[in-house]
Amino acid sequence: MERPSKVLVIGSGPIIIGQAAEFDYSGAQACRALREEGITTVLVNSNPATIMTDEGIADVVYIEPLTVEVIEKIIQKEQPDGLLPTLGGQTGLNLAVELADAGILDKHGVKVLGTPIQTIKDAEERSLFKQLLIRIGEPVPESATVHSVAEAKELVQTIGLPLIVRPSYTLGGTGGGMAYTMEELEAVTENGLACSMSGEVLVERCLAGWKELEFEVMRDAADTCITICCMENIDPMGVHTGDSIVVAPSQTLTDREYQMLRSASIRIIRALGIEGGCNIQFALTPHPMVAKHWAPDQLDVQESQYYVIEVNPRVSRSSALASKATGYPIARVTAKVATGKRLDEIPNSVTGKTLASFEPAIDYIVAKIPRWPFDKFEMGDRVTGSQMKGTGEVMAIGRTFESAIQKAVRSLEVGKKTLLWEDPSWSKEDGFDGYPLYPNDLRLWALLGALRKGISDDDMCRITGIDPWFIHKFRNILEMEKKLLGVELSPQVMWAAKRLGFSDESIAVLADRLPEQVRTVRKQWGIVPVYKTVDTCAAEFAAETPYFYSTYETENEAEPIPDRKAVVIGSGPIRIGQGIEFDYCCVHSAWALQEIGIRSIIVNSNPETVSTDFDTSDRLYFEALDEESVRNILDNEGAEVSPSIVQFGGQTAINMAWPLQRANLPFFGSGAEAIDIAEDRRRFEDFLERLGIPQPPGAGVTSIEEALSVARNLGYPLLVRPSYVLGGRAMEIVYNETELIRYLVMALDLDSRHPVLIDKYLLGKEVEVDAICDGEEVLVPGVMEHIERAGVHSGDSIAVYPGINLTDEEVQTMLDYTTRIGVALGVRGLINVQMVIVRHDGESSVYVLEVNPRSSRTVPFMSKVTGVPMVRLATKIMAGLSLREQGYRGGLWKKSRLVGIKAPVFSMSKLIGVDNYLGPEMKSTGEVMGIDFDLPGALTKALIASNLMLPSKGSILLSIADRDKTEALPMVKRLHEYGYGLHATEGTAAMIAALGMPVQMVTKKLSEGHPNVLDVIRDSSVHAVVNTITGGRLALKDGFAIRRAAVEHRIPCYTSLDTLQVVLDAVSASGRPYNVERMETYLNGRS
Amino acid sequence: MDDKAYLVLEDGTTYEGNAFGARTSSCGEVVFDTSMTGYQEMLTDPSFAGQLLTLTYPLIGNYGINAIDDQSSHVQARGLIVREHCASPSHFQSSETLDAYLTRQGIPGIAGIDTRSLTRRLRSSGVMMGVLTSEMTPAEALRALHAAPSYEEQDLAAEASTDSEWATPPQHSGRNPMHVVLLDCGVKQGITNHLAAAGCQVTVVPLWTTADRIRELAPDGVLVSPGPGDPLHLSVVEEMMCQLLGNLPIMGICLGHQLIARAFGAKTYKLKFGHHGGNHPVRDVATGRVYITTQNHGYAVDDASLPDGLTVSHVNLNDGTVEGLSHRDYPLLSIQYHAEGSPGPKDSSYLFTQFVDLMQQHAS
Repeated sequence: MERPSKVLVIGSGPIIIGQAAEFDYSGAQACRALREEGITTVLVNSNPATIMTDEGIADVVYIEPLTVEVIEKIIQKEQPDGLLPTLGGQTGLNLAVELADAGILDKHGVKVLGTPIQTIKDAEERSLFKQLLIRIGEPVPESATVHSVAEAKELVQTIGLPLIVRPSYTLGGTGGGMAYTMEELEAVTENGLACSMSGEVLVERCLAGWKELEFEVMRDAADTCITICCMENIDPMGVHTGDSIVVAPSQTLTDREYQMLRSASIRIIRALGIEGGCNIQFALTPHPMVAKHWAPDQLDVQESQYYVIEVNPRVSRSSALASKATGYPIARVTAKVATGKRLDEIPNSVTGKTLASFEPAIDYIVAKIPRWPFDKFEMGDRVTGSQMKGTGEVMAIGRTFESAIQKAVRSLEVGKKTLLWEDPSWSKEDGFDGYPLYPNDLRLWALLGALRKGISDDDMCRITGIDPWFIHKFRNILEMEKKLLGVELSPQVMWAAKRLGFSDESIAVLADRLPEQVRTVRKQWGIVPVYKTVDTCAAEFAAETPYFYSTYETENEAEPIPDRKAVVIGSGPIRIGQGIEFDYCCVHSAWALQEIGIRSIIVNSNPETVSTDFDTSDRLYFEALDEESVRNILDNEGAEVSPSIVQFGGQTAINMAWPLQRANLPFFGSGAEAIDIAEDRRRFEDFLERLGIPQPPGAGVTSIEEALSVARNLGYPLLVRPSYVLGGRAMEIVYNETELIRYLVMALDLDSRHPVLIDKYLLGKEVEVDAICDGEEVLVPGVMEHIERAGVHSGDSIAVYPGINLTDEEVQTMLDYTTRIGVALGVRGLINVQMVIVRHDGESSVYVLEVNPRSSRTVPFMSKVTGVPMVRLATKIMAGLSLREQGYRGGLWKKSRLVGIKAPVFSMSKLIGVDNYLGPEMKSTGEVMGIDFDLPGALTKALIASNLMLPSKGSILLSIADRDKTEALPMVKRLHEYGYGLHATEGTAAMIAALGMPVQMVTKKLSEGHPNVLDVIRDSSVHAVVNTITGGRLALKDGFAIRRAAVEHRIPCYTSLDTLQVVLDAVSASGRPYNVERMETYLNGRS
Repeated sequence: MDDKAYLVLEDGTTYEGNAFGARTSSCGEVVFDTSMTGYQEMLTDPSFAGQLLTLTYPLIGNYGINAIDDQSSHVQARGLIVREHCASPSHFQSSETLDAYLTRQGIPGIAGIDTRSLTRRLRSSGVMMGVLTSEMTPAEALRALHAAPSYEEQDLAAEASTDSEWATPPQHSGRNPMHVVLLDCGVKQGITNHLAAAGCQVTVVPLWTTADRIRELAPDGVLVSPGPGDPLHLSVVEEMMCQLLGNLPIMGICLGHQLIARAFGAKTYKLKFGHHGGNHPVRDVATGRVYITTQNHGYAVDDASLPDGLTVSHVNLNDGTVEGLSHRDYPLLSIQYHAEGSPGPKDSSYLFTQFVDLMQQHAS
């Protein structure tokens, strides 16, 4: 093959459920790998919060919407001769197919590298995939389409029972089901046929309860094939692998079974002709205790059977996990192999001596647990199944299963939930019915709870399908719990407990001590963790990579780094409110430290990220981000000479500030004190008052009477929130007394000890500033203006740089406040200030809403649009270099000529039962950036990239709250003028009709005739929804069905008129073409 | 509470752990294997005779012991060293725990020790003799060790070899089966199974079988099996092989490969810590393709000593050692690694088919 000289890499776009930070990790690795080969890389991605879109990773960077039109323009401009589509997740693959089908690749002579287009199609299209596997003799679940119960019964002869029945063309699989007996099959098929719109159902062998295994396979052009890792899902078949708890390597497979699946993996990757990495999923005969209930036909087999379930012909979430679990850099090697390199020509960068053509041997066990968003979305349906719902994941490494799983639980950061946690309601019911043992986010805890209550192995296998091996391991954890409850702590018991992964905190709870006492006595007994290396080879060769995990063994391999060093505390799993942005910051901080000769140490628990790549920092500790593990690491490195940086890892790192402060440990940059002033309501009030900086009037109340009196003074609307939760959680805007009382009753019921905060809700323009402070001077790279008014969480708002609707005076005031706050707080590093501008009779006032003396989620965006390397400046300030010493100075950075827009991206279609209206609680999972020389271009691209753009024609369903009707009128007129059809609910339709515009009324009363609001969404009569809400809970419920329908039908749904306003602006400008330029062109201006 | 056990190395290093398996003492060369599955196959592999086997994967015994995976009639390793052994195995084929199995076979085990630290020691100092005991104090163990014969001194293959000839059941395949004489220096079940699957009729003979006797058996080819120990002890095989070279298609695996090389006059030497694992990359020099192989050997063929006509056909990509030999004139297939896997990858099972082809060509 001719080696390409210029390769286009497609990124995966915004973070959504199912496509998270792993593609920044793999894409960044790939770009660097290609550059090493002397190949020019051109990268396109719409997500600014990525390392891959930074200077120095790819040669040429485009931050543009990921559409065929945009990529064709890039191909025209750059003339690449290769396209690498396998590193940008499903987005990258789909785009590659679209580009190929449109003839664009052929036209421009772009060769697809790694995975042939036909292979992508073969793997994606169910029937093609099946044919291919049958052709090469690999078993796939037998299935057939039937039109009658009789036909279904005939299938039992050929396929056997159990069977799964899936009606065609119904959403969410309604009307299907599993049949374990003939009678069940009759009933399920009958029901399925009734639900099916086409009078047919698919009947397939049911594999629920089978073991689920994944292989990561790699192949090169010389046809050398290797497998990197085999992962075993604890949750058996039936739960999406992304939502399963997974261990590596496989635990319950004999070598015979392992080799059977390994050989199959190699046959499959050969048949697919992939050059690079690939993920293959298998189902395997379950243990008899499971088979008895789930797969009776597997009870009498002599040898295990398997089925091939799925192939991902690309790097994936699993390959990122496998890379971190083994140390084998799959994306890097995939990129090199795609350009024609052979595996035995690529060095193994971990050992430095051996080659990439080997299979990792590991001498530890890895556990991965998904991180679900149900702490934020309490109304969401927590059941997990075929649709992935997790936003992120954690990984933990241990020398025992018990320690790996317990460490992973600690890494999840779900409040104080150790494995000891149980919901008090579970045990109230008789037997085990109260325990949510079906697949859901709490199953792990329920499982331990039910075991504690005495459930039998047989019942556990029957209900969960989990292999008895794992159940026995969980029982080991419970045995130790009992021991800790029963016996006096001794060095022997402590040692045994630590080897099973019990945290000091759990031991403290069980042994009735304080965690600090446990820590002290543990250290007195000399029981401290050692750190072992992840080296790909089980110590057979000396490793060069400093990638460590803790364990309780005898030999420590992580000798303290002797040079000047600092520890960057990472941000843990990706979750709503704490996304990839913080990992971005941690990575840059580590690099900045290295630039000034300070050795960087990263601590993190997230396997998807760039920060946990073994060559990002000088040393990586793959560990939970809690007090115990961070302090242990600091002890290992020498606590007094290992200052911590807590500013970049989001709330996770901030939460470490107090424990570290209490332990008198050193910080780099501002520490706990500044954070406390900002977070403690009373101190913050006093602080701003002393500076003479206005903030919205408000007070903390502890009773309803007090609240009503405060409310009378302030006047409605009011912003109410509990004082003990951060980040907009459980915040609400109330418009009258009834709503205020309802909120307070709920809030005080939950917690009567902490006050509820009531603030005047200022209806104004929300603005935001990220700044860098060296203690004396404050550099403000730029200001952002939010499109949605205050009350919508800043993370869910569209933000515009530079603040184009702001007066110079307003910007000066923002600069002044930020500077004074930064200096007065003594910030050394980053600070984020959120403000609201209220304009009244030509006067404008700026109020400070919130101050965060740390990195915010807009730092990557602002760094990109201003060109100011914010994290690097901040990190070097922490190390003692002032702004001036770094060639910068305080004040407002020069405004770029470009316009940058950050737009939120949601994953709502995947979260059943979650309301998607914009409010004070953050809901988005990711972000995109639109950038151009002017506002309309940037806006259009931001909206396209975030799927918020209106289609060019069609009809819009409007359901607008009375309060908003006046404001909405001009927008409705514009929709009409632009040629959109109008559908509207009762009141809104009346308003539109009164203005003489044509409108079709659809009822929102779902029980009163058709077509109702849901009908028009589902039959595609309408192509977007505008639905604003009143504050009342009833109205929320009312519109909920409409909003969910829009989300599930994947059409835009606007719940804020502010968003609609800018969408209309973009529509009016859509005649004008937008630019597609390199990032440097936007930053430096057109030459 | 578990019984205490000690592993004491020749250099005095002592590891304290928990005893499992037989409560006895055992002396052997301490080696480590990096395979993550296949402990039953490894334990019963005769090539581990005379050795105390350390498994680098920490969780061993997860799927118990079954009736189908033994590679020979009994456990061959002299002791097993693990981080953790599983008391509650989970597999439908499992009939007993690892602990019970070792107890029944009289083989001691030690669990709970930092096996990675032990592996690193062996890697840097090289393999050494050790004692695994639940009966002696470390000091007593060290004294016993000094009195015991070294690994090199022992003629382990002779012990592992069959005492008498035996044949595999006749093949019922349509075509004329190839008859293979398998010279048993410590053969694994996996090899006879693979030969049978390739349509061969196998006669297994003791390693001291003479060339005359082999000719008498009128085989289509001879396979010299793997086995334990230093090939230096097996000059009897070397001399016998000299008489057969060139006349019959010959396949050598592992120790068999070393013996064939020696028969040609090449030299063998001891590796620092051997190759034991299922992930060793080997390049087929002719095709450039890389195979992941199972390896289990402590000695290797010295490529500088190869006589004219003998060339390196396969190379280990980790350390460049000789992994296979071919001959300019003779029908020879000689590999240092285990084409049969058992445990380990099946990538190289095609070599058995190649051997059959070689025999068919020679016969026609």
